[in-house]
Amino acid sequence: MKRILVSIKRVVDYNVRVRVKPDQSGVITDGVKMSINPFDEIALEEALRIKERGLAEEVVVATIGPADCQQQLRTALAMGADRAIHVQTDAVIEPLTAAKVLLKLVEREQPILAILGKQAIDDDSSQTGQMLAALWGRPQATFASKVELDGDKARVTREIDAGLETLEVDLPAVLTTDLRLNEPRYVKLPDIMKAKKKPLDTMDLGALGVAAEERVKLLKFEPPAQRQKGAMVKDVQELFDALKKRGLV
Amino acid sequence: MTNKILIVAEHDGAKLNLSTAKCVTCARAIPDAEITIAVFAVDGAAVAQQAAAVAGVAHVLRIDHAAHGHALASNIAPQAAVLAAGYGYVFGPSTTFGKDLMPRIAALLDTPQLSDIMALESATRFRRPIYAGNAIVTAEIPAGTKLVATIRTASFEAAAGGGSAAISAATPDAELPSHTRFVSLSAAKNDRPDLQTASRVVSGGRALASAENFKLLYGLADKLGAAVGASRAAVDAGYAASDMQVGQTGKIIAPELYMAFGISGAIQHLTGIKDARTIVAVNKDAEAPIFEIADIGLAGDLFQVIPELERLIAASK
Repeated sequence: MKRILVSIKRVVDYNVRVRVKPDQSGVITDGVKMSINPFDEIALEEALRIKERGLAEEVVVATIGPADCQQQLRTALAMGADRAIHVQTDAVIEPLTAAKVLLKLVEREQPILAILGKQAIDDDSSQTGQMLAALWGRPQATFASKVELDGDKARVTREIDAGLETLEVDLPAVLTTDLRLNEPRYVKLPDIMKAKKKPLDTMDLGALGVAAEERVKLLKFEPPAQRQKGAMVKDVQELFDALKKRGLV
Repeated sequence: MTNKILIVAEHDGAKLNLSTAKCVTCARAIPDAEITIAVFAVDGAAVAQQAAAVAGVAHVLRIDHAAHGHALASNIAPQAAVLAAGYGYVFGPSTTFGKDLMPRIAALLDTPQLSDIMALESATRFRRPIYAGNAIVTAEIPAGTKLVATIRTASFEAAAGGGSAAISAATPDAELPSHTRFVSLSAAKNDRPDLQTASRVVSGGRALASAENFKLLYGLADKLGAAVGASRAAVDAGYAASDMQVGQTGKIIAPELYMAFGISGAIQHLTGIKDARTIVAVNKDAEAPIFEIADIGLAGDLFQVIPELERLIAASK
């Protein structure tokens, strides 16, 4: 079966202004709205569109994390994923560990594509997709803004510093999504009801034979240095004078 | 004990990208650093010369291969991973080049990566931004663990020239796959400075209201010798190309002068500019968050401000 695997991460919602805990042990997440990482939502949307074009038959969504992550998997099922896999763990999962877990899932599911967000908006690491591609020994097309499947190949346009780069990759391959790849659909109420009946497999991280190694110790979290608010000027002449004073014009 | 650091050069086949010299500055902050730059190219002679001239670099390795005509992570990573055997650190810039490549190297080495290093506290302790820069985390790796990292280019000045490192050829034995092929690159051709490294940047947001209006910024940018950037809102609306986006998911920049026109200042945008020396903001809305971090703010209509400012600049020359 032509299958697409999409991995999602539960993160602090995009609209929440994140604050550091006073004891520097982390950021405040108690009582904070949690959502699917926005880039992962784009990944899922792309998988669903590929399926709707008839180029794939099944979309499987997976996540790694504590029991609460089921909310996000249910949302993903409501968006249209066919089934979900929850790799349950309370451990800290570093990107390389996540990639090793996803490799296990890839070996089980044999997808034609694994689609991930280009980064999670919590740790901003931007590593997991590339690491999965390396471990799997398959192509990677990161920061994708356009994806076209053609038989056993994909043509992917990537947003890079120099402009838009197009790569051709053999399938199976790993894609990571950039912002402008698509606009994810809204979930409708009937879909939420339907999603409750869709299969959601739960398995322990240990059962996959992957250890949650914590190789990077996070010692402390601090708020960033604040820039001082400067002066307001009242007109363009004053703006020009201020620039001139700083030697900038 | 020397700390051996391998830096993967970013280049376009002819010219070494400034991001590489910024990685060198970061690497030099590691005690007893011995720095090697690896140049993966079809013919790396010119780029290797430039890398050898970066101050603080001890060695330059040329890895010439027909497969390196375009910087494909799947071709560079296997060779880089072989080379990395003798090094404690493998660095690349946190540009799209390094972000794409470095995790692939880290996974092949089965070693962790730290992304966007912004400061060093010791040879094993680093600071990096998370949550779009809303928090800074201090991370430590166990002594003796090989570290792969991307270096946040906005946090480090480029190392100076004047060096004279020895250049040698290397032929790391690794099989290069054929599963990934370069097709094309479409880049907006212009004579303006590169946004990532420009010392001056003029940037526009949603308030420009059209691609046509956005061109107003180019006139001012040309008078200032500036690059042109854009907010995510302006790019999403189609006023500007995606490679002009500044912010958490676009380019993180640190110019001498950043001028924001009609940009309200979402946190995701501010994280891309907060290392700028001087931030100027022009916005109709005097309450816009961008004014909280601007050094010089003007509440006004950009469609009047830009032409008038251009006139004043022209008159002063």
